Amino acid sequence: MPELLEVKDLKTQFFTRDGVVRAVDGVSFELAAGETLGIVGESGCGKTVTALSLMRLIPQPPGKIVNGSIMFDGADVMKMDDDEVRGIRGNNIAMIFQDPMTSLNPVLTISRQITEALELHLKMDRAEARKRTVELLDLVNIPSAKKRLDDYPHQFSGGMRQRVMIAMALSCNPKLILADEPTTALDVTIQAQILDLLKNLAREFRTAFILITHDLGVVAGMTQRIHVMYAGKIVEKADTGELFANPKMPYTWGLLRSIPRLDELRKAKLVPIEGLPPDLIALPPGCRFEPRCQYRREICAKEEPELVGIPNAKPDHEARCWGTQQGGWLVDLDWRHEIGDIAVLEEIKKEIADLPPDVKRAGEAGGGTPPPPPPA
Amino acid sequence: MAMTPTPTQPREEFIQRSRSSAVAGSGLNLLEVAALKMHFPLTQGIVFQRQVGAVRAVDGIDFFVEKGETLGLVGESGCGKSTTGRAILQLYKPTAGSVKFDGTELTTLGGEQMRRMRRRMQMIFQDPYASLNPRMTVGNIIGEPLEVHHLAAGKAKTERVQELLRIVGLNPYFTNRYPHEFSGGQRQRIGVARALAVEPDFIVADEPISALDVSIQAQVINLLEELQEKFNLTYLFIAHDLSVVRHISDRVAVMYLGKIVELADRIDLYENPLHPYSQALLSAVPIPDPVIETKRKRIILTGDVPSPVNPPTGCRFHTRCWKAQQICSEVDPEFIEHAPRHWAACHFPGA
Repeated sequence: MPELLEVKDLKTQFFTRDGVVRAVDGVSFELAAGETLGIVGESGCGKTVTALSLMRLIPQPPGKIVNGSIMFDGADVMKMDDDEVRGIRGNNIAMIFQDPMTSLNPVLTISRQITEALELHLKMDRAEARKRTVELLDLVNIPSAKKRLDDYPHQFSGGMRQRVMIAMALSCNPKLILADEPTTALDVTIQAQILDLLKNLAREFRTAFILITHDLGVVAGMTQRIHVMYAGKIVEKADTGELFANPKMPYTWGLLRSIPRLDELRKAKLVPIEGLPPDLIALPPGCRFEPRCQYRREICAKEEPELVGIPNAKPDHEARCWGTQQGGWLVDLDWRHEIGDIAVLEEIKKEIADLPPDVKRAGEAGGGTPPPPPPA
Repeated sequence: MAMTPTPTQPREEFIQRSRSSAVAGSGLNLLEVAALKMHFPLTQGIVFQRQVGAVRAVDGIDFFVEKGETLGLVGESGCGKSTTGRAILQLYKPTAGSVKFDGTELTTLGGEQMRRMRRRMQMIFQDPYASLNPRMTVGNIIGEPLEVHHLAAGKAKTERVQELLRIVGLNPYFTNRYPHEFSGGQRQRIGVARALAVEPDFIVADEPISALDVSIQAQVINLLEELQEKFNLTYLFIAHDLSVVRHISDRVAVMYLGKIVELADRIDLYENPLHPYSQALLSAVPIPDPVIETKRKRIILTGDVPSPVNPPTGCRFHTRCWKAQQICSEVDPEFIEHAPRHWAACHFPGA
């Protein structure tokens, strides 16, 4: 399948008084039409800057995309002039931001914010655009959308605002949606609503998705492939199933075992990643994770490893780690043994497989159907 | 009608007994909260302010915390969980109800007596950036409670501060540094050291890890667990993240719109949630495993949490509940013990 998006060796840097911040430092990936990709990492690892770079939204100065090519649908975004980029933004590539409180304009009505894009990109007239806006708001399940058209963002709750953001992102039938922590600011039950909505819409419209998040649980259920980022670089990439079943890079292990799981059976001790992520101005010369890695060897501090395939893993599973390369010391290590709790994990899997039937039944009854209206 | 485990028993008596057991517990209770209400008045007018309503942030909750245990308090934003923590420490004056700490009623204590009580109960705040005074050195921040409670002064104070820094895993020579020189995780450790300074028995931790990065969260959770073991602390751990709460707590209370809807042992709550809201909340938490995620059946609640100014009649959850019947909108279900040490407030608990 021809790739929709192809990013090669993207480098975005910020020039500050203290030095050059290498926020994104040589990121390459590709995405097919209709595919969903998760980018996972902690704050400051460059995942948001990657997304902003794709839309050329990096504030300049202090920021600058210093290297790389971004091929979107056959055209190089890096070579476009400002007008051409504007023609893509919101039209072919749309973005959903983290904070629905600050990313909507508080002094414009909801309808104005959505019709603006429709009039600009799809050349609709006012009435047509308004009609389409109602359809879009219906699509994202905003109740009595017609009545709420002329409301302002502050009259909506957080979850509703995020729905408006999604309606706005969908307005021009984009080929790619960048969702940057779309549910981080929301409560869990609202998060479940929004993720459910995104999943259904992606399936319905065959829109490609890049889901950026720090929450491994969110990407596990939402994406086909996952890239793990650390300090401006992709350190591991794999199919979602493969990454969780057979993670290879010690940083990914660290992420997996430092979060408590809802389905843990007994109180397992969490294993935190010691130390802090490196300063992006003064990066270590070798592997960027080396100072915090408990499996490090001499070579790790000296030379930076490349992102390459891993022996006895799926062919498209790659990691940036000396230990996982041919003949490396981590190739045959099972991460579950590293936690020392493989039995518990198997037990959990079984437990979930035969989940209490009442939970399942309740889910079927409640899935999407509104509760009966209270008697008048 | 509410379900009663023993049909022969008169309902009123059963409710009375199980309600009081929600407060009484086993007799080793450090904290007992009964019918606690915290309403914030809504006023109108400039000179003559008349009350036009109230935000019923906490609206009648009962629970106890045993010595040495961690009680988790979980719920969505606006459900009143932080207000509960603050009302217990008397940082807000509760509207009604009683808070008993180690046998002493706190709601009627005077200023000086309360100050003395405060030495035994401390708080860790959510935002490590906002809860440390940027103009004070770390030494002053941690040393201040020692001075206020006349526990140490001069050289003894400096030594105690250094010891506290060591306990929370920071370099003891950081005393002259300012908060901005530390990362989020380190600042949260400073907040923990400040809470520990007065050797409290009870700590209210209000979303202590929500502002931290994933890899740092585990460091702070482990620290809190170690300290609990070392100093025999009792925690009220408030958070919105059910997996974190479940990990650290012995028992978990689920709050919805100012009320506790379910209170159970950590395993029990997960394996046998009785209240539909707990069931929905549990099913909404994503699990980092694609195999499990594709198999799980999610309960997606419709709509948002109603306003606490004008909560729904009857059961507060009935507007979003898929099991709701007529009775749910008319009668507020009692918070009763359906199984040993498993309380829930629902007309149709369980499946």
